[in-house]
Parts: sequence; C-alpha cells; structure tokens
Amino acid sequence: MQVSYKQPDEQGYYGEFGGAYIPEMLYRNVEELRENYLEIIADPAFQKEYQLLLTDYAGRATPLYYAARLSEKYGTNVYLKREDLCHTGAHKVNNTIGQILVAERLGKKRIIAETGAGQHGVATATVCALKGLECIVYMGEKDIERQAPNVARMKMLGATVIPAKSGSKTLKDATNEAIRDWINNPNDTFYIIGSVVGPHPYPDMVARFQSVISKEIRAQLAEKIGTELPHAVIACVGGGSNAAGTFYHFLDEPSVGIYAVEAAGCGIDTHMSAAATQLGKPGILHGSKSFLMQTADGQVEEPYSISAGLDYPGIGPMHANLFVTGRGTFLNATDQEALDAAFELAKLEGIIPALESAHALAALNKVSFAKDDHIVVCLSGRGDKDMETYMKAMGTKV
Amino acid sequence: MSRLKDVFAKKGKNVLNVYCTAGFPQVNSTLPVMQALQDSGADIIELGMPYSDPLADGEVIQNSSTIALQGGMTLSLLFEQLKPMRNQIHIPVVLMGYMNPVLQYGFEKFCADAAAAGVDGLILPDLPPFEFETTYKAIVDRYGLSFIFLVTPETSETRVRKLDALSSGFLYAVSSSSTTGNEKDFAAVEQYLERLQHYGLNNPVLVGFGIKDQDTFSRACKYANGAIIGSAYIKALDGQTDLAATTRHFIKNVLG
Repeated sequence: MQVSYKQPDEQGYYGEFGGAYIPEMLYRNVEELRENYLEIIADPAFQKEYQLLLTDYAGRATPLYYAARLSEKYGTNVYLKREDLCHTGAHKVNNTIGQILVAERLGKKRIIAETGAGQHGVATATVCALKGLECIVYMGEKDIERQAPNVARMKMLGATVIPAKSGSKTLKDATNEAIRDWINNPNDTFYIIGSVVGPHPYPDMVARFQSVISKEIRAQLAEKIGTELPHAVIACVGGGSNAAGTFYHFLDEPSVGIYAVEAAGCGIDTHMSAAATQLGKPGILHGSKSFLMQTADGQVEEPYSISAGLDYPGIGPMHANLFVTGRGTFLNATDQEALDAAFELAKLEGIIPALESAHALAALNKVSFAKDDHIVVCLSGRGDKDMETYMKAMGTKV
Repeated sequence: MSRLKDVFAKKGKNVLNVYCTAGFPQVNSTLPVMQALQDSGADIIELGMPYSDPLADGEVIQNSSTIALQGGMTLSLLFEQLKPMRNQIHIPVVLMGYMNPVLQYGFEKFCADAAAAGVDGLILPDLPPFEFETTYKAIVDRYGLSFIFLVTPETSETRVRKLDALSSGFLYAVSSSSTTGNEKDFAAVEQYLERLQHYGLNNPVLVGFGIKDQDTFSRACKYANGAIIGSAYIKALDGQTDLAATTRHFIKNVLG
C-alpha cells in the first residue's frame, strides 16, 4: 500500500514512475543536489529567506477569489487561486525563488534553464537578476520566433537566450540542450528545471516549492468556509508544476477530488495533441520514467497545443502515478474549449487567464459539481502573453 | 573466450573502437559501414541505435541519428539488418543507445535479438547502476551480453570501483565531463586517466569523447587500453558516397 501520493521513495519513485535515468556525466551534480536539497530546504535560515521573498518579492499569499458569476453559471461554488497575480505573471516564480536559494547554498555561480513559452525562462532570469547570477536560458528556435515578448523580457533581465536548434526545436529540445550544457559544465553550474519533471530529486523539489499554493488554499478556505478541504481541486497539466502545487496538500485527503486537465490540442484523435496520459505509454524522457508520447519504436513524438506551456510530450512522474492509481481524474480540453473558457472568464469575472489556465477552467464544463460543493481552480497565470492568440480568436488583426 | 575478452587478450594496448550510427549515412549502410571499419583495422565497433533525444551525445551524433530515423531506421529493422552480420563481421560489436526505445521494444526481447545477431555488449548511458542491478542485470547476464558503464573525471574512486564491478568487456572512460565531440584539454585528461590506471581495475579501459586523430588517439592510449572515436568519424562519413574509401582513409589517419 502506498503511504503517500505526495512524495517519492528514496530512489525517487512515485509508484512505478520517476527515478533518475541519467548518464554518468550528470551523476555528481544530481547526487550533490539529492544529498543536500532536503537539508537545505529544512534549514530555518533558508525558510526565512524563502518566505520573505515569496511575500515581499513574489507578492504572496495570492488571493483565493470566490468567483460569484462563474459560480452562478456552473451552479456550484468556484474559487480561483490567483497565481496570475504573482510577480512575473504566473506560479513559476515560486519554484525559481526556491531553486535559486538552493543554488546559492551549493555555491553555484552560473544558472541554466529551459523554457517553452518563456514563462519559466522569465521567472529564472528574474531571480538571477535578483541574486546577481549569470543566467543562460535554452529555448527552442521555433519558440523564440513564437514568443518574442518573453525573449525580450529575459534579455532585459540580463539573461542570455540560446536557441535550441536540434530535433523539433521546441521545449523538449531546449531541455536536451540545457542538460548538455550541465554535462559540459559540471562544477559551477546549477540547472533550474521549470516543472515537476527531470531526474530525482527535481520532481520532488519543484513540487515542494510549488506546494505553497495548496498550503495557502487550505488556510484561506478555513477562513472563508470553515473547513480546509474543498470538494475538488482543478489544475492544468503540461509537465505539471502548478497542478503539483495545487494538489500537494490534498493528495492524502481522500475526500478531495483531484482533477488534472491536459491539452487535447485539436482533439485526442487528430495527431495534434499533448494529452500525455491519453496518448502516451510509460517511457523515459529527461531522466525519469513517466507517461510519454512516443512512436511504436520508442522515439519521442512532437506534441501540439495552442498553449505553449502545455506543449510537452511527457508529464511529471507524480502525475503519472495519480493517473494509474486513479487518485487523480485526468480530463483534457481542446484548443477551442480553452479559448471559450478564457473568453468566458474575461466576460464573467474581468480576468484574462493564461491559455494554460484556461484549460483548467474548461473542466467546469466537463464535470458536474453539486450546488453546495466548493471547487478550487488554479488560475496559474495571466493572459498578457497570449494576447496575440486571443486577438486572432476575436478576428482582430494582429 | 568471448570476442571482447579476446581482443583485449590479443592486443591489450591501442585498441581502436569506432562508433557508427545504424542507418547512417543511408538506412541500408549499416553493414557496409561495419565491414569498412573491420577492413580498415578497427578492433571493436560501437553501433549506435538512433534516438530522437540523445542527451549524452553532441550535435554531430544527434544529426546522424535524425538522418537515420528519417531514413526509416528502427530497432526491428536494425536487428533484421544484423541477422547476417556474423557471416562477415568477426570483431566485437557493442550496441549503444538510450533506454526508451529499448524499453518499448521490450528489454528481454532486445537482449535476445541482440545476442542472436551476435552482438557482444551493450552501452545504455541513461540506465543507472541502481536500476541495472535491481531490474536488468539478470536479463543481460542470461543472454551472455557484456554491459559497459561510463566513468568521468568527476566519478569518485568508490563509484569507479562499483561501476567497474558491474561492467564486463571494458569500462568506458569519458575523457572529460562533456557530450561527444568537444575539444579537450588533454593535460587534465591525462591526469584523470593516470588516476584510473592506479586503481587496478578488473576491466580494460577505453577512452571516449574528444578522440579524433593520431595525436589524440596515441595520447589516450598511453594511459588506457585504447580509445573510442565517434563524432570525428561520423563527420568524415557525412556527405560521402564511397564509404569504404572514406573509412580506410579516416582510420589510416588515426592509426598512422
């Protein structure tokens, strides 16, 4: 019997998923982190600095907002966890603040990161500026073209953005290039991974840093409705970092429903999708075993979603375990359903969500909740970065 | 005596292991390239199984893998191509690749087919010793295959000894902690190789990464049983049509 869904075993396994499938060239770096991360995070001086930065720099606690008109529309009580109000516009900064403090304590001088849409790259460039550390962000050549404003933000923050020109030239290739950089710079470099993916201990470390989301939700619900436990929590999943944070402190509370929403792209059966649990099989990518979209021959397939943040062929090992054990319910939303949910939230609540978060909102159409239920949706990011897509959807000339 | 043991027993020093990517430069050139390597004087062939995301390799090898995959190379096709291998290839052949395609193929079926084709050993850089010991070693042993681990300058003595104990055939010493194909500061490499020499390991040591010509080959061989050439050979093959002549010329330059 599994003791906890939250944390992996000593070897980094959540059930059958996780581990550290890394070449020997990465062993010392990953081992150094594995041996030290729990102790570093538990250190009171670390916690003091981390909490202070979350409060004064990132703007936490983020509000838990009762969305009255959305609630009325869906005949239940919907709360939005407003990660979109974090500094840099998304939950990503919760993790990069944590990891930069770990990097500092390990004496690292050079920070590398991968990014897809650029949100994690911006959050990493931000904390590197904060700490005066060199920052190199790998980004797929295709994504650099698609996400020019975030590339400019990273550069303005002092980061060097290096195009990943190998393979499909998107997020998975940027991750490959970041890993290669780490192999070539084994002494002074720290790799800040942006999601609950990668070799152990990354999925656990990132989940711990993002778990502040569900910690706050519990306290905020207690204040608002007199109980810490909602009926359900809903979050979108690409790699799954905002979902890990939203679910974390509810995973071992069986009464709380866990809903993960993947990107269906043009539809599950269209070969233009990113729903890794629906289309993938167990496999190994970027150092851990999880669900992976791949050909019959085990080559990694290129995912598709309108949302660059969900455009990843795998999923974090924690989520793979939630999927196979049935602890989590895995839904998916198409590009169109996400767009509809984004426009609905804008009109009903005056909030423009990120396209990623709009996938989570789309779940409200897919699950029926009772009138007295309390449902928390993680609004992981704000929609500024997606205005070009929204303008296209409105038929506005860009 | 196994082919790998045999080659080290007979030669001991200056063992030349050359890497080639299956299905590169053309999907059907796997065996012709291996034949050319054997004819030109290579002692061991490291045959790369192409993968979409080869993160322990550099750009040159990734590009060759992409070309092979675009040409239609798969593990099934590779084992089909390798069926008549032992009619013509007499030197040891080691398969190198990544875990995901092997898992999809089925680890045991993979080992069975490799052994049936006359493959001598496996290098799977993203299979760590913990998983190897607990899950896969018994299968590899059952099919009589060697398994070769990598060590780097950052690998501690204790861990080098553990990886040596788990390896058979030879130990693969990465000449610097770097993906394949980078230039090296050979002085630092030599120090590291000397350190390995002093450990008195069970397995012969081959140096990989950064070996590209006679100078780097002979320097590596001073401190090890031989060396592995990868990216430099793949670069030489790129765009060539006369694979035999290209290979002959390349190996001649290395051996002098």
